[in-house]
Amino acid sequence: MSLIQGATGEWEIVLGLEIHAQITSQSKLMSGASTKFGAEPNSQVSLVDAAMPGMLPVVNEFCYEQAVLTGLGLNAEINLVSIFDRKNYFYPDLPQGYQISQFTDPIVGPGVVKIELPDGSFHDVGIERLHLEQDAGKSIHDLYPSQSCVDLNRSGVALMEIVSDPDMRTAEHAKLYVSKIRTILRYLGTCDGNMEQGSLRADVNVSVRRPGAELGTRCEIKNMNSIRNIGMAIEYEARRQVDIIEDGGTIAQETRLWDVAKGETRSMRSKEEAHDYRYFPDPDLLPVVLEQSWVDAIKARIPELPDAKHGRLMRQYGLNSYDANILIADPENADYFEIVAKGVDAKLAVNWVTGDLFGMLNKRGFTIETSPIKAEALGELVGLITDKTISNKIAKQVFEFMLETGDAPTKIVEEKGLKQVTDTGAIEKAVDEVIAANPDKVEQVKQKPKMAGWFVGQVMQATGGKANPQAVSDLIKAKLGLED
Amino acid sequence: MSDLTNLTLSDAREKLRNKDITAVELAEAHIDAMQQTAGLNAFIFNTEEKAIEMAKASDVKLAKGEGGILEGIPVGVKDLFCTKDVRTTASSKILGDFTPTYESTVTANMWADGAVLLGKLNCDEFAMGSSNETSFFGPVVNPWQRQGDDTQLVPGGSSGGSAAAVAARACIAATATDTGGSIRQPAAFTGTVGMKPTYGRCSRWGTVAFASSLDQAGPITRTVRDAAIMLESMASYDVKDSTSVNVAVPAYEKTLTGDIKGLKIGIPKEFKVDGMPEEIQALWQQGIEWLKAAGAEIHDVSLPHTKYALPAYYIVAPAEASSNLARYDGVRYGLRVAGDNIDEQYANSRAEGFGEEVQRRILIGTYVLSAGYYDAYYKKAQRVRTLIKRDFDQAYEKVDLMLTPTTPTAAFGIGENIGDPLTMYLNDIFTVSVNMAGLPGISIPAGISANGLPLGLQLIGKPFDEETLFRAADVMEQAADFTALPQLMAK
Repeated sequence: MSLIQGATGEWEIVLGLEIHAQITSQSKLMSGASTKFGAEPNSQVSLVDAAMPGMLPVVNEFCYEQAVLTGLGLNAEINLVSIFDRKNYFYPDLPQGYQISQFTDPIVGPGVVKIELPDGSFHDVGIERLHLEQDAGKSIHDLYPSQSCVDLNRSGVALMEIVSDPDMRTAEHAKLYVSKIRTILRYLGTCDGNMEQGSLRADVNVSVRRPGAELGTRCEIKNMNSIRNIGMAIEYEARRQVDIIEDGGTIAQETRLWDVAKGETRSMRSKEEAHDYRYFPDPDLLPVVLEQSWVDAIKARIPELPDAKHGRLMRQYGLNSYDANILIADPENADYFEIVAKGVDAKLAVNWVTGDLFGMLNKRGFTIETSPIKAEALGELVGLITDKTISNKIAKQVFEFMLETGDAPTKIVEEKGLKQVTDTGAIEKAVDEVIAANPDKVEQVKQKPKMAGWFVGQVMQATGGKANPQAVSDLIKAKLGLED
Repeated sequence: MSDLTNLTLSDAREKLRNKDITAVELAEAHIDAMQQTAGLNAFIFNTEEKAIEMAKASDVKLAKGEGGILEGIPVGVKDLFCTKDVRTTASSKILGDFTPTYESTVTANMWADGAVLLGKLNCDEFAMGSSNETSFFGPVVNPWQRQGDDTQLVPGGSSGGSAAAVAARACIAATATDTGGSIRQPAAFTGTVGMKPTYGRCSRWGTVAFASSLDQAGPITRTVRDAAIMLESMASYDVKDSTSVNVAVPAYEKTLTGDIKGLKIGIPKEFKVDGMPEEIQALWQQGIEWLKAAGAEIHDVSLPHTKYALPAYYIVAPAEASSNLARYDGVRYGLRVAGDNIDEQYANSRAEGFGEEVQRRILIGTYVLSAGYYDAYYKKAQRVRTLIKRDFDQAYEKVDLMLTPTTPTAAFGIGENIGDPLTMYLNDIFTVSVNMAGLPGISIPAGISANGLPLGLQLIGKPFDEETLFRAADVMEQAADFTALPQLMAK
C-alpha cells in the first residue's frame, strides 16, 4: 500500500520535512517591532529590522522560551548551550544581507513525534532538530512594471524550523505529520498554525528508492502552505522521479516549486546554483547558555498534549478513538467538549459537538472560538436531553431557536412549551386514539412487530413531538401485546 | 592656535566651572581652529551652528553650577558613530548622504554629559586602513612633519581625523574606534593619547560595524587625564548591545594617584621583532626605566602566539566585515547605481560605492568563510585567537600590565605605503593582539624620532582594569614630559 507501482517494479518514497513555524510572540526575534498580521506595509519595522548602520540584534527571551517549550512538547533534547549563526546571501527582502539562524548548535536536539495511521496503528517520526531563525521580508513584483517593492513587516519575525528525520514513506504520513506538529504547536501556544497566513510552512524533501535500497537523490519542494497540497505535491514528485529513473535517467538534486494551478512541481534552482551561505557564528550575539532549572520551570508549564488528551478522553468519557481524534485536533474543540459533557451523557455530548455544532459552524463560517452557541449553553441543552426533559428531536428545534435568539435552552423550552410529556395519562389517551383509528395497521403489526415504530411516530406527531418516545413505545407494545 | 584651543580637557573644565571662560567662547575658538586647519582634511562635516547651540545650553547649566563631566567641552566625532540628524558616512561613498534618525549610545552618553559637537571626523573607509588614505573624502594630513622636510605625512588610521584634529588643537578631544590598532596607532603618529578600552566596555550600538568581535570605541586626547574623563562618559553597559558587559563604570580620573609602587610590568619578549628600528627599541627601554624609577617591578613575560596574531586578525576581521557590509546594497539607503536586474544593481552599487581596500577585505572575508575554506581559515584563526587570549591570561598571573612600543615606525608619507597592503598591515603588529584578546590598551606620546616625529609607547591592561592602565599611563606621561608641538602648531 505504501509503495508505488512502476513499470519495472515497486518503489518506496522517502520523505523528510522542514517545517517553518512562526512563533506566537508580540515582538520579533531580535527587535521590539510588532508581529501583528495584516498591517500596512513597512509599518512594523524597527531600525534593526531595516538593518540601519550600527544596529545590533538582541535576542527576545520570550521567543527562546517558546522554542524550549516546543522542544519539550516534541519530546526532544534541549541544548543548554546554543549559538546563533549568520546565513549570508543577498536578497532585497533580507536587509542585513544575512539571516540570523542556528547552524551548528541549535536550541533543540533530537526528539520524536507519533502519528496515528488510518488503520489505528502508530508510526514514529524522528525530529532531528529545532532551531530559531529570522523570517525575511516580502518582495512584491507585480505592483510596478519595472520595479519591485519590499515589505519588511515580516523581516525579523521569529521562526522555528523543525527538521524531521527521513522517516515518512507515504504522502499520508507527511500529511499526518504536519497535522500532528500543527496540533502540538497549537496546544503549546507556540504557533497559531495558520497556514493560509503563512504562520506554518513546510519544505518537503522527496526521494524514491527500491524498497530497502540506499537512499535516492532528493528534491526539495519549497514553501508548501497547505496540507492538501503537500499530499498532492508528494504524489506528483514521487511519480515524476520514478518515471525519470525508469526511463534510464537520473534525478538531479534541486529545489522545486509546487505549481498549484498546473498541479505539478517545477525546477527552481539546481544544486550548482545553490548559495554558499558562508555560515559563521554571529559576532553580535553571545552563545545562549541556559540553566537546567530554567528549562525545568518551562517543563512544568507544558499543558496536556494531544496524545495524552486522546487517551484521557477515551478513558474518562468512554469515547471511541475516532471521536477522540476529532476532538483533539484542536485544543479548543476538546475544551468545548469537556464543558458540554459536564454532568451529561458523554456519547450524546460528543455527537452534538462533532455533529450538530460542527455542521452549523462550517455552514455559517464560524470557528469554535467564535461559535454563537457557547459550550455552557450546549451543555445545558444536552442536559435537558439527558434528564429527559426534551427528546433529541425537540432538542434540534431548540438548537435552532438558540441560534436565532441567543436565549438559554431552558428558557426556550419553557416559553415554547416544548417540555416532553411524561404524563402517562395523556400519552395513553393519544395511544388509544391512534390504535382505534387504525384497525388495519393493528392487524399488520401483529404479523410484523417492527411496524410498532409507525405507531410511535403517529403518537409523537399527535403530541407535537413532546411525548417521551420511550414511554410511547413501551405503552404501544403493552397495548398491542407485542414482545420486547 | 589660541590659548583656549591649547587647553586640555581638564583645564578647560576648571575654567568653565570657575566661569573664567564660557562654553560659547571655547566653541568659537575651536571653530576658528577648525577653519584654520581645514587643510588637514580632518573634519569632513562641520556642525558649527549645532556647536554654538549646544555650547549655549551648556553655559546655562554651568551658570547654575550644574552640568555633566563634559559640560561645554568641544569634541569631534569619528564619522563611524551615527549622529542624529547629522550626516554619517563611515567615510564611504556608499552611504551617500545618509543621515541617521538615531544617536549612537557612545555619543548619546557624551551629549548627556554636556559635550559640544564640532563636527564629524575623517577616517579610513569603514575604519579599514592604517593611514587614513582609504577615505572617500581623501587623506588626512598629519600636522607633524619631519625636520627640514615638508613631505605630507599620514596621521595613521583608521582614526586619522580624530588624531590629527586633537593634535592640531581643532578639538579638545575626539571619539575614535579601534579594531586592530585604529586608536593607538594614529595616537602614536600624532603625539596624542589613544585609549582602547576592554571589549564590551563601550556600547557598539549605533556605531557603524567593521568587525563586530573586535570593534571598540575609545577616546583620543592630549593627556591621560583627559582620556580618563572621556572614557568615563563614553563607557556604559547597554542592553541594546548583547556584547556590552554589565560592569560598573568607575570614576577613572580618581585612579590617577601617581603611585605605581610595586606594580608588576611585563615585557613580552615576542614583541622584540626582527628589524625593529633602533630608536623604537631605545624608546621601549626608556619606558622601562621610567616605570622602574617610579617603583614598578619589571618582569619578562612570554606571549608565544604573538606572531600569529596579525595573520589571524586579517582572517577574522575581513570575515566579519564581509558579512557586516552586506547591508550596504543600495536597496534601502545610501548610494544606488541602477542595473538591469537586482544582481546588477548590487554589483554596480557596491563596485562604485566601496573603495579598493574595502573591496579587498570583503573579498578576503568572503573567501575565508566559503565552503571548503572555512575550517582551514576562519576556524583556525579563531583557534589562534583562543591561544592568544590564553597567552595573556597566563602572563597576567604574574604581572599587572605590559609595556610595548605602539608602532614599529613613526608616521610615513602620504602615498608611501598605499600600494603595498602587506607593509601597511604591519603597522598593526604591536596593537592587533590586544584586540584579538579583547584587552584594554593605551598609547601615550613618549618620545621624538631622529627626524622629529612623535613616537608612542603602549601599555596593555587586564580585562576591565582600565584603572590600573590609566594610573600607570599617567605616571609614564609625567616621566616622558612630552611637550613638543606639531610643526603646524609651532609655526
